Formats: sequence, structure tokens, C-alpha cells
Amino acid sequence: MRGLVDLLGPSKVLGARADLVVYEYDGAVDTATPDAVVLPESTADVSALARFCHEHAVPIVPRGAGTGLSGGAIPVEGGVVVSFARMARIIEIDAANLRAVVQPGVINLHLSTAAAPYGLHFVPDPSSQKACTLGGNVAENSGGPHTLAYGVTTNHVTGLEIVLSDGEVVRLGGKAVEDEGYDLVGTFVGSEGTLGLVTEITVRLVPLPEDKRTLMAAFETMDAASETVSAIIAAGIVPGAIEMMDQLATEAVEAAVHAGYPLDAGAILLVEVDGPRDGLDDLRQRIESICREHGARSIRIAATTLERERLWAGRKGAFAAMGRLSPDYYVQDGVIPRTRLPEILRVVREAGERHHLRIANVFHAGDGNLHPLILFDLRDGPEELERAKAAGLEILTACVEAGGSLTGEHGIGMEKNCYMPLQFAAQDLAAMRRVKDAFDPAGLMNPGKVFPTPSRCREFALAAAR
Amino acid sequence: MTSTFPLPYPNADAPGEDLIARCVHCGFCLPSCPTFAVLGVEMDSPRGRIRLMKTVWERRLGADAAGFDDHISKCLDCRACETACPSGVEYGKLVEGARSQIVAARPRSQIERAIRRAAFDWLLPHRRALGAFASVSVLAKRLGASAVLRATHLRTARRLADLLDLLPDRASASGPPPIVRARGDRRARVALLRGCVMGSVFAPTNAATARVLARNGVEVLVPSDQTCCGALHAHAGERERARALARRNIASLDGQGLDAVIVNAAGCGAAMKEYGWLLKDDPEWSTRASAFAAKVKDATEYLGDIGVREAPGGLKARATWDDPCHLLHGQKVREQPRALLAAIPDLELVPLVEADWCCGSAGTYNVTEPDLARAVLERKVGHILRSGAQMVVTANPGCLMQIQAGLRAAGSRVTVIHLMDLLDRAYGS
Repeated sequence: MRGLVDLLGPSKVLGARADLVVYEYDGAVDTATPDAVVLPESTADVSALARFCHEHAVPIVPRGAGTGLSGGAIPVEGGVVVSFARMARIIEIDAANLRAVVQPGVINLHLSTAAAPYGLHFVPDPSSQKACTLGGNVAENSGGPHTLAYGVTTNHVTGLEIVLSDGEVVRLGGKAVEDEGYDLVGTFVGSEGTLGLVTEITVRLVPLPEDKRTLMAAFETMDAASETVSAIIAAGIVPGAIEMMDQLATEAVEAAVHAGYPLDAGAILLVEVDGPRDGLDDLRQRIESICREHGARSIRIAATTLERERLWAGRKGAFAAMGRLSPDYYVQDGVIPRTRLPEILRVVREAGERHHLRIANVFHAGDGNLHPLILFDLRDGPEELERAKAAGLEILTACVEAGGSLTGEHGIGMEKNCYMPLQFAAQDLAAMRRVKDAFDPAGLMNPGKVFPTPSRCREFALAAAR
Repeated sequence: MTSTFPLPYPNADAPGEDLIARCVHCGFCLPSCPTFAVLGVEMDSPRGRIRLMKTVWERRLGADAAGFDDHISKCLDCRACETACPSGVEYGKLVEGARSQIVAARPRSQIERAIRRAAFDWLLPHRRALGAFASVSVLAKRLGASAVLRATHLRTARRLADLLDLLPDRASASGPPPIVRARGDRRARVALLRGCVMGSVFAPTNAATARVLARNGVEVLVPSDQTCCGALHAHAGERERARALARRNIASLDGQGLDAVIVNAAGCGAAMKEYGWLLKDDPEWSTRASAFAAKVKDATEYLGDIGVREAPGGLKARATWDDPCHLLHGQKVREQPRALLAAIPDLELVPLVEADWCCGSAGTYNVTEPDLARAVLERKVGHILRSGAQMVVTANPGCLMQIQAGLRAAGSRVTVIHLMDLLDRAYGS
């Protein structure tokens, strides 16, 4: 601690008790208190910090805005949390080359706001985009509603400056689309802070669509809404986004934004098409008739920008509105083939019934990326979290068995690392481990994440063996 | 960490578990928080402060911890985080509760206790005392006291000089008479809060408010036995003192047959709308306080809702609206002042970036946290200068003084005016 202050100065190091307890959480359920928090202001600060930690064998855990949903920023093995809140400068907007260069602490939405005067935006739009940072997006390979048509973070990052665990500063990629050799940028994006610390990011900017049409359809059942999603895609339409919410989620969302979401519908679909104005209304009409054919009982088209923004504010604020329903929630992020939606949603419902837990659903239906929000109240005791996790595991197991995956966009973190063997054989994990070792041989970069750890995962391994 | 701290504050005002439990720590509030924008640390964000309260609740941190006091004190209580929060966390109640906890748990120095007693018990609730204090201060300012104080290079003296700079250049003329009759058919009868700062420094704005309402068919009563609303007391954690003032105001203003209690200071209105919460544990007053609170309306909110009956005259100027935090975030009033401005012919309205951000005045914040207040103010002044407006319109005395001082310090000639004064001018009074 004193060594850090000597190295970086007192204004960049936090160590008081009241300071540390507010860096023990993120947006999810896991917590652990760091030994110190460092607030670097430059790549040089980050490099000096990494060298120091390497020398003293101290773990380093990067943190963006702390909005993550898999415990990625939680110092589960202690050590130093590195907050990038003070490295939040947009270094360059290169409109002619459709690129921006940013520091990792820049808020996702701030980049799109800054690019708007050039008619450009940064496409990945996680629901937390008002608050989450681009550094965090790179770590988790974040998605968002509009990934259906436009891809996730890794499709929009072309260059990185990173600091390795021994303090060395390395540049990967640049403004060019393609690079010779291995795709190290692609390797790094989504590595959840386990390979190194990102200190600068070069991203693609994409022209804003000329126009949009946003449609909200209400259905009696989740099944009817799910079949509608498959029918829209089967008709050869790839909307910018297709989102689904169940009745419980809608209750919280409507109370938060008053957007006019019907409270008595079994399921809501929010569908957006964008692009050149010509043909958008045709597309909208085709989607509308598919919705009606599948039993939509009401359809509303956003008539104004304000109305569209309000509908989206509701959808994007859905997790954040869960406090209206319950003090705590545990969200899963499993992905399944879209056609299996009705069946897996039934598994979700049954898991809730079996464990006596309310579960709200709000998710990227077009991608088959589920987000069951399992509601519980930690004040009733720590076993409540265990119950929520047990229900979550049943859901995840069903997702993997259906040919899907453990996570679509939230990352594995410390929340699902024990479940990795559900999806990967020992050899697969060993291969990933060799990648990790190549970047971080000392194992100091965000330890206890992604890979199963013997200490925390033993119980799960035993249960699985039985 | 296994150590536990006792709860040294068997205090009904302490931030309760249910209010805290609303927060799901999603982080949506962080980018809306002016102190987080300046300091960039989680302790000085709404989410971090709620976590500190929770940690105290769980007895993992003492309510008397220096860090707890420091970070709760640094909060502007602007409540922008409430507007940003999808879960509806009532942050204003939380932070005021935490402050009352700190007042109970943390012994203050003799000097600070004396200052608190002088300001909260003597100056604010007594109109004549505050009026005399304001007059003397304005006189001192006109005689050049700021320069003298700054020349001493003493920190306290410099802060006094900053305070003097906040004051307007003239001691104010008189306020409204006890009754201002409606012009034409009477549409309603209301009481007007005189207010402590409004009554002493901005008395003409009170008179203007009464005239504008009267023009629109509203009879305005200004009871003489009313007092300070107690907002500053509540913000500082002095809830017992705030309760005493609230009871006096309810008794004074809650006359039979009144349609509303009108307040033209956003900070006071927000506090008075919460009288029910403030007196919730007082069996004798709680029901009455809730009924009273429901009658409280900001002047812009009330006039906007009933609609102007007589069109104001034209005013040729380029103006911008700056939302007082306790109007927008505290009272959730957004559209009515904008509609009133739009009703003034020839007034060109330009948008203000971050109009929903605090200016750094925040009650007595510019006194207690001068450096942070200045940083927040400079951000506001920058946006005002870039807006191209000749005039900033707002609706709260703290904002009026703070923004005017900031513009003056920046060498700008942009003026700041209360919306009721602007309407009064448009009506040609």
C-alpha cells in the first residue's frame, strides 16, 4: 500500500476502509474487498503499477464503471482494483476513416454522442450503455440489442494498446481492418481482463441509419411471441433488433418509464428495422403482418423519436428497474438456437416453480440470448443466493444441452467459471490456459475468473461427478 | 472483516433498510452525478454513497467514521440520480437520513456547534435578523470588502469573500403586501411562502410572483407568522430543527379554503412537499403534514397547470432555461416552466447543454465545499457561454446567486433572472 503511494502519489491510490468497501461490488451478486484501489491517469501509470504488482506478486483486477454482470471486476483473490474512471478521454474521431481512438474509461454512449455530429455511431449498445465503459465492453465482448444485425464488440475493435502483467506496453492492430499474422486483437477482446490491461482502444464507427421503424407487439403467451421471432427471421428479414419481455419484467419497466407498455400481456416484442428510408415501411408492414398471423393482440408503431426513445429506455433500463420488484436479482445469460426458445422458456418457468423463485425474462430474442432475472432477497439469508444459483444452473445446463452456450455477452467472470466444464472438455480448457500463460505467465491478471478454480469450484465438481 | 460497529444512533431518521434495498447497484446513476464527474471515485457517486449507508447499516462501518462523513457531505443532494434511476431509489431521503445519522453519531467542535446554532436557530428562521444580515453584507460588498478579505490571503477570509460575491449588488426593496387581490374573476386563492433567503435577498421576486398570479386570477395571501421552510436544516441533517419550522409553517400557511401553497424557491418547495415524510413519526402532525404537502406547488408548476389567462407582452431577448435540481429532480417538474417561457412572445429560447445538472449552489454547499462547488459551477458557466443566450432563466435563489457569481467571475455580461420576474416584466409591471 505504501509502496503504491510512493510510486503513483496519494491522489491515485485509495486504501481507507470507507473507500475499499465501495469497490467490492459490480452490477451482479458477487462481492470481495480489494486491498487497494488505484486510479491511473495514463498508460505510464498503468505500466508502473503492473511492474510493481509483478514484482510483489499482487493480483490486478481492472474495473470500468462496475456495471458488469458476471463479477468480472470483483477482486476474488484480493489485490489491487484498477479503476479506469480517470482515463476517459476520446483521443480522436477520425471520421474519414470511420475510426475513433479512445481511452478505456470512456462511457459507451459518450462515444456515440461525440460521433453523432459526423453522422456516425459506435454500434454495440449494451443496455447499460449510458454508464458502462468501452474498456469493460472490450473485456466482456459486450453485445446489446443491435448485435443481431451488426455484430458484437469484437466486430468493432480494430486496435488495442495493452499493458502486460510485467508492465510491458504492447500495441495490437491499428486502424486497418486486417492485420498480418494471428488475430491478437480478436484474442484479447472478450478475455475479461485475464490477459492484460487495455489502455487505448481503436474502434470502428458506422454511419447512422437514415431512418428507423420501431414496433411494439403484445402477445398472450411467450410461445406465440417466440414463434413470431422465428417466423420473422425465416421470412428473410434481419431486423436491427428483436427484444422480448415477459409480464413480470414489463411491470417493472413500465413503472420506470411510463412508455405505455401493456401490463396484461403475456409477452412483448420490441422490433426495430433501420437503414435507407426507402423500403423501411414495406419491411415494417411485413413484420406487422407476421405478428398478426401469430396472434399479436395489439401492435404499436413509435410515431415520434421521443416515443421510440421511451420504449428503448424501458427495455434498456429493465435490469436496472428490478429494484422495484426485489432487492436482489441473479441474471443468467445463456444462448440457445432461436428455434428452441419455447422449450427453454418452459425450463426457466419450471426452475422458478421448483425453487419457489420469481423469474422475470427480458432478452435478445433474435439472437436467442436469454436473460432470466431470478429474483431473491439476501436479507432472508445467504442461502437465498444459493437457491437462485441452483435455479440458474438448471437453466444453463438446459441451454448447453440445447446446443447453446453459457454466456452471450455478460462474460464468465467468477460467476460461471465453475460451469465451464459443462461446455468445454479438459483439453479445450488446457488450450485456453496456454493462451492465458502466453500473455500472463505470472497469473496475476484478474485471477479466479473464466477458468474453474480448485478452491471455489470443488463443490460443483463433486456434485457434477455424482 | 468480522469486526462490527454498534449503531450509536437509535435514530428514526437513519436511512432505512427498505430504502437502501431498492438499489440494485446497476451504476446507471454514475454518469448523472456531478461529484462523480469531478472526482471519478465510487465513494463520491450515488451508488457508492448508498453502499456506504448499507455498510453502516450492516455495522461494518461506523456512522461516525470520518470517511462516511466526508463522502456524504460531498453529495450536492441535487438528486439527479433519482431521475436517472430505473428502480426509483429515493436518494434524497437516503442522503438526508445519513446526514442526520452523522449529526447524531459524530461530535462536532464547539465552534461548529455555535455556527450551526447561529445559522439554523437564529439567522434563517428570523426574517428581520436575516434581512439585517443581508443588508450589512451587501453594504460591505459595495464598499469593496471582497478585495480586502482576499488581500489577507487567509483561507477563511477568502471564503467569506466568495460568499459576498454571491450576493446581488443591491439590498432588496420590499416584498408583497399581506393580500394581493386577483385581477378579474377570482380563479383560486393561495398562500405564498415568503422564504428566508427569498424574503430577505429576493423580496422583489416574491412581489413579482404575487403580481403575476394576481394577473391570472389568483388571490395571494402572505401570512406574516410563517417562517423559513427548514430545507437547509434538513439537508444538513438537522431534522429536529427542520420539524419545528415545518410545524410552524403548516400552522401558519394551512388556512381554510386555500387552493394551494405556492413556493417560488425550488429548494423550499421540494422540502415542503416532503413535510409528510419529515413528520411521519409525529402522531399529532403526520396526517396534517401529508395533507399540507399535497397542497404545495412550485409557482411555475401551479401557473403552468392552471394556464396563463392573460397573455404576457413580448420580450425581445435570447434566453435559456436552467432547471433547478430541486424543481426537476426533487419535484419532477419539467414541462410547466418551459410552457410558460414559450408563452412569452418574441422571447427566443436556446437549448442549454446539461440544463438538468446542478450549478454547485446546492443549498449551503458552496459554503461547505467551496472547491467542488466551483468545479461544478465552472462546467455550468461554460455551457451557458456556449449556448449564446443573453439571459439565463431559473427558479431558485441559490441557483440565481451562484450562476450570476460564476458568470461575473468569467467576465460575462449574461444576466440571470427568476422566471416569475421575467413574466412580471413581460406583463409590464
